[in-house]
Amino acid sequence: MKILVCISKTPDTTAKIAFTDNNTKFNEAGVQFIINPYDEWYALVRALELKETLNATVHLITVGGADTEPIIRKALALGGDEAFRVNTDSPDSYFIAAQIAAHARQQGYDLILTGKETIDYNGAAIGGMVAELLDLPYVSIAAKLDLSGNTATINREIEGGEEVVNVELPVVVSCQKGMAEARIPNMRGIMAARTKPLAVVEPAAADTLTAIAGFELPPAKAGVKMISPDNVEELVKLLHEEAKVI
Amino acid sequence: MSVLIFADQAQGKIKKAAFEAIQYGAKVAQQFSTTATVLVLGEVAENELTALGNYGATKVLHAADARLNETEGSVFTRIIAAAAEHEAADVIIFPHNFDGKAIAPRVAARLKAGFVSGVVSYPDTSNGFVVKKSVFSGKAFANINITSAKKVIAVMPNTFAVEKSSGTATVTAFPAAVNDGDFKVKVSKVETVSGEIPLTEAEIVVSGGRGLKGPENWGLVTDLAQALGAGTACSRPVADSGWRPHHEHVGQTGLTVRPNLYFAIGISGAIQHLAGVNGSKVIVVINKDPEAPFFKAADYGIVGDAFEVVPKLTAAVKALKG
Ligand SMILES: Cc1cc2nc3c(=O)[nH]c(=O)nc-3n(C[C@H](O)[C@H](O)[C@H](O)COP(=O)(O)OP(=O)(O)OC[C@H]3O[C@@H](n4cnc5c(N)ncnc54)[C@H](O)[C@@H]3O)c2cc1C
Ligand SMILES: Nc1ncnc2c1ncn2[C@@H]1O[C@H](COP(=O)(O)O)[C@@H](O)[C@H]1O
Repeated sequence: MKILVCISKTPDTTAKIAFTDNNTKFNEAGVQFIINPYDEWYALVRALELKETLNATVHLITVGGADTEPIIRKALALGGDEAFRVNTDSPDSYFIAAQIAAHARQQGYDLILTGKETIDYNGAAIGGMVAELLDLPYVSIAAKLDLSGNTATINREIEGGEEVVNVELPVVVSCQKGMAEARIPNMRGIMAARTKPLAVVEPAAADTLTAIAGFELPPAKAGVKMISPDNVEELVKLLHEEAKVI
Repeated sequence: MSVLIFADQAQGKIKKAAFEAIQYGAKVAQQFSTTATVLVLGEVAENELTALGNYGATKVLHAADARLNETEGSVFTRIIAAAAEHEAADVIIFPHNFDGKAIAPRVAARLKAGFVSGVVSYPDTSNGFVVKKSVFSGKAFANINITSAKKVIAVMPNTFAVEKSSGTATVTAFPAAVNDGDFKVKVSKVETVSGEIPLTEAEIVVSGGRGLKGPENWGLVTDLAQALGAGTACSRPVADSGWRPHHEHVGQTGLTVRPNLYFAIGISGAIQHLAGVNGSKVIVVINKDPEAPFFKAADYGIVGDAFEVVPKLTAAVKALKG
């Protein structure tokens, strides 16, 4: 059993969102970067749990520059066996997916896990694209994943509920809350991670189909209008007549 | 070129976000002086399909095969790609809901089309083909230029208010060649909360936090929600403690909702909670602590004890609704 976990680097959830270079670049000054939470807490930890019960090998891949290496090392410290970094920095989902698909084609995986989305780009795109490029089934926004022989049983979220699906491996799955409980790396893991293989590979030829033209911040809120707790009728009136939402 | 819109359905009913995507697609078609075709897969009544003209579509392609009642991403992808070819569509539009997330990226990869999800603007063609998308979990927007000839756009739900017209669409059967063996992902069980409004489709959401002290007090939230015809949600610790089901948890690690109106009752307003709700058009915060961070993100606020304020509020809403 060979599992690939797609790892991306994102600003910490509490990072201040600001832009530089005429609003074309994210301002990284003072920002701490982390493994995208969905990739770490759910995709990676579930892969590690499967490794422990099924004797699986867990590979990690990130498409990114040298600045992603601390992130990959942390994922190795949590228990990944081997990491691959595709040495290119691209914000285009198709280009990133093409890199992951090219790697997966060479290696052959039974299970490819991604996060449900990155918390910076919010694409929710890479998993589906990788699946299509590899002609594999894709189960998105999964909250539970169990394997029995060659069959995966997966709970995925739908409007107002959940659906249980069965699918034969290999499959691509995007992961969210419910999959696993977050872990923290221990000292042994951190030491071991230093010597685990991290291969840097050059990108495969692929097209870039989108480009970021610039960023904007949402307009500032006008400020909160406070209403006395003894006058809730006033709130209802404002919501009805001023905001026109009820 | 033309515009193709994929409209998803469940139990024969077109999804709310799909109506928004249809209207969006019809406007994009107008912008490019071309036509908008809607594709519907699975069993849906004829009158529901002609009524899609109310949202600006002129033509509906329908593959009524009952096997398509359930969403199978790779099967749907092939049919949508075939329909795009059939219509010579260069712009393909999806709702950015659960089905859209399962299928749109696949279609984009198959057609080698630049893909942007969570789109909140019409294309700006003054310098390329630029659409605005929500990024950083609602804390910013990015303008993305789609440089490929084919383009796939997933429209953010509850962003473009629908304005129904009296138009009707002509419905044409679309032959979808599928085999049983193509269905790789098989649904064995569906668990939906019946009778309740799916949270992601609700126009009003009433949400409760740890300030409500325990599950026995949730009547406060559900009564107000019922009076408003709203969906109910909660903060993460509330779901983690089992006071409310997990599918009600909103925020960074839970669902993202963008209703017209969001009531936060006894929720402090941690940044991870805000990440899931800050796209709401109007936010009302009820909290006994005047320093609660949520007030900074609110439009209307009441400093007070939820146990006293909320029942009065529910009564006032009922009075308004008569
Ligand atoms: C990585 C990470 C991810 C997270 N993801 C999420 C997420 O997705 N969603 C989420 O919600 N949280 C998330 N959290 C947790 C988040 O940081 C907060 O801890 C959580 O949102 C707090 O929930 P709360 O506001 O219900 O509770 P509290 O912070 O305990 O706030 C309770 C509030 O109720 C008020 N109150 C008390 N009594 C009353 C009363 N009688 N009447 C009125 N008001 C009253 C208090 O003044 C207080 O403001 C995450 C945290 C981390 C670290
Ligand atoms: N640069 C990247 N390298 C490796 N995996 C990535 C990268 N970007 C995104 N992913 C994976 O794809 C998922 C969805 O990302 P996105 O489509 O950008 O929202 C993430 O949760 C990751 O698992």
